[in-house]
Amino acid sequence: MNNVTDNNDRHVVIELQNVKREFKVGDEIVHALRGISFKIYEGEFVTIMGTSGSGKSTLLNQLGCLDTPTSGEYILDGTPVRTMSKSQRARLRNRKIGFVFQNYNLLPKTTAVENVELPLMYNSKYNASQRREAAVKALQAVGLGDRLEHKSNQMSGGQMQRVAIARALVNDPAVILADEATGNLDTRTSFEMLVLFQNLHAQGRTIIFVTHNPEIAQYSSRNIMLRDGKIREDTINNNILSAADALAALPVNHDD
Amino acid sequence: MNILNLFKVAIRAIASNKFRSFLSMLGIIIGVAAVIIMMAIGQGSKESVRANIAQMGTNVIMIRPGADSRGGVRRDPSEMQTLRQEDYEAILRDKRYVTYVSPEVTSSGQVIYGANNTSVSVYGESLDYFDIKQWAIKDGETFSEEDIRSSAKVCVVGTTVVTELFGENADPVGKTIRFKSIPFRIVGVLKSKGYNSWGMDQDNVLIAPYTTVMKRIQAQTFFSSINCSAITEELTDEAISELTSILRASHKLSGEDNFTIRSQQEMMETMSSTMDTITIILVVAAAFSLLVAGIGIMNIMLVSVTERTKEIGLRMSVGARGIDISNQFLIESVLISVTGGALGVLVGFLGTRLCLLVGFPVIIPMWSIFVSFAVCTVIGVGFGYIPASKAANLDPIEAIRYE
Ligand SMILES: Nc1ncnc2c1ncn2[C@@H]1O[C@H](COP(=O)(O)OP(=O)(O)OP(=O)(O)O)[C@@H](O)[C@H]1O
Ligand SMILES: [Mg+2]
Repeated sequence: MNNVTDNNDRHVVIELQNVKREFKVGDEIVHALRGISFKIYEGEFVTIMGTSGSGKSTLLNQLGCLDTPTSGEYILDGTPVRTMSKSQRARLRNRKIGFVFQNYNLLPKTTAVENVELPLMYNSKYNASQRREAAVKALQAVGLGDRLEHKSNQMSGGQMQRVAIARALVNDPAVILADEATGNLDTRTSFEMLVLFQNLHAQGRTIIFVTHNPEIAQYSSRNIMLRDGKIREDTINNNILSAADALAALPVNHDD
Repeated sequence: MNILNLFKVAIRAIASNKFRSFLSMLGIIIGVAAVIIMMAIGQGSKESVRANIAQMGTNVIMIRPGADSRGGVRRDPSEMQTLRQEDYEAILRDKRYVTYVSPEVTSSGQVIYGANNTSVSVYGESLDYFDIKQWAIKDGETFSEEDIRSSAKVCVVGTTVVTELFGENADPVGKTIRFKSIPFRIVGVLKSKGYNSWGMDQDNVLIAPYTTVMKRIQAQTFFSSINCSAITEELTDEAISELTSILRASHKLSGEDNFTIRSQQEMMETMSSTMDTITIILVVAAAFSLLVAGIGIMNIMLVSVTERTKEIGLRMSVGARGIDISNQFLIESVLISVTGGALGVLVGFLGTRLCLLVGFPVIIPMWSIFVSFAVCTVIGVGFGYIPASKAANLDPIEAIRYE
């Protein structure tokens, strides 16, 4: 791994330098990102918030190498992304990034293990048994060690999202990116996910979590507020709440 | 993604839409089966024609009067009278690469025995004719050299003539029949050869000394043709050039030949190339159905790409490159077309068995099976290419949001 460190000796996973993203819609130009700069260090749990249309998803697409900035530079784990070809970016996503989507995006009629194996299918360094081993390990890490062979349509929303998180973990990424990962889940299941993310954070993983829910910011280590394509606030949270405690305190009405 | 996994993904995709996949295979199955059956029929007929010609002797050489007629030029009747006794004698005297020589004078008409009559082809020949055409004698014997010298009114007949005039299995040897009011004594009966591939009855013949037919029936001084046989099939070309120089010397020619020499081999080749043309026409017609089938596959693959847009987006987001995605769809379409091809070969094979039962001469050329597979792969790749590149060029962000 490249040794990109800040002056205070922390490893920089993500660095944005005045990133702009413009969309042409007809004759009009939509400024989705109007110059964003920040660094995210290894081991941070960052929530990104903002009103609808403020550019959160656009930003996350930049960070996930799914899209390239109109201008500005993006350095992921020491690698400048902007000038990369499409297939180079695909490789970068495969090795350095784990995505968690709002609507899970599991392959239909496919077992949990196979879903989790998917990113490793595109990595020739893994053979079949290594793939399965890594997938089983990731599923155990999200508490689904007993659901390995369940098909995606035989699982609840929470379970599906756990599979998706396992899939995001399986390639041991530099950063996990989640867009509204709890958006489709009820309060209780949302907290279960949050517990999972906090566990990953505790293990030293870097997480970027886009959300509408201001409550969630309290469980992360840093919160970036976007408005109209610009950073309005970037605050370090020194008083991180425990999602496990919050989950325990929730009234138990009906379990899923 | 490696090939094995790509195949697994493709098989799963096909299996999850069994009926639809089968329907798109159906076109290929029918197309390939049609191509194979057409090729088998073409090849089978060609072989049976070949076998028939070969049966007549592959070393046979025919000399006809008149220049090469293949140009279709109208010619003087005198040109048809160029083959004469002197030529025959010159060949007998100077031949080295030729074994047998028989001048031929033909006629046809009714033969009569008692109240029965039948129309027959009459061949006036020398004794060598029986060796050139590989005619065996069933009953009696051939006429003799002496019969030829004396233009004797004797003949050998085919079994059809016997049946028509004397009834089945009768022994006509020694009996006298009449052709154009000339009495012929039957000295022998030919062993049956049956019908040839053009449907001609080879046993409806009467063979007499050429001198008899020439003088007593046709009253002419020239031959219709001269049949020869080369020492071996390989020496046919030498035999032809030898015959050419003998005849040119005998005719004292300086310009163009006034005779035409053709070998049985040449005839066989002409025949084969005609059959090939017919086969090609049949196969091209069948191949068009493969083209239509290919378009069907392209259609179904385009539907499949649209249906799986979200899956494509997901695969891209976890690191699939464009080439991984296009390979996935290409392999799927190749798998559909090659599976269809394999089933088509099977159906084609069963179809040819059916043809055999009905009595069609069919031979499946092995290469037609390989060609079918190759064509199916090409169809799979060719018609899968557009859907596959459409999939590969999807924008991952839009694809993953697609509902
Ligand atoms: N592909 C696109 N073409 C044109 N405009 C776009 C495109 N993607 C995003 N935009 C515009 O960019 C702006 C930011 O969109 P984005 O999806 O990033 O917002 P968001 O913060 O994720 O909103 P939400 O909370 O509703 O998901 C919006 O004005 C949107 O219309
Ligand atoms: Mg969004």
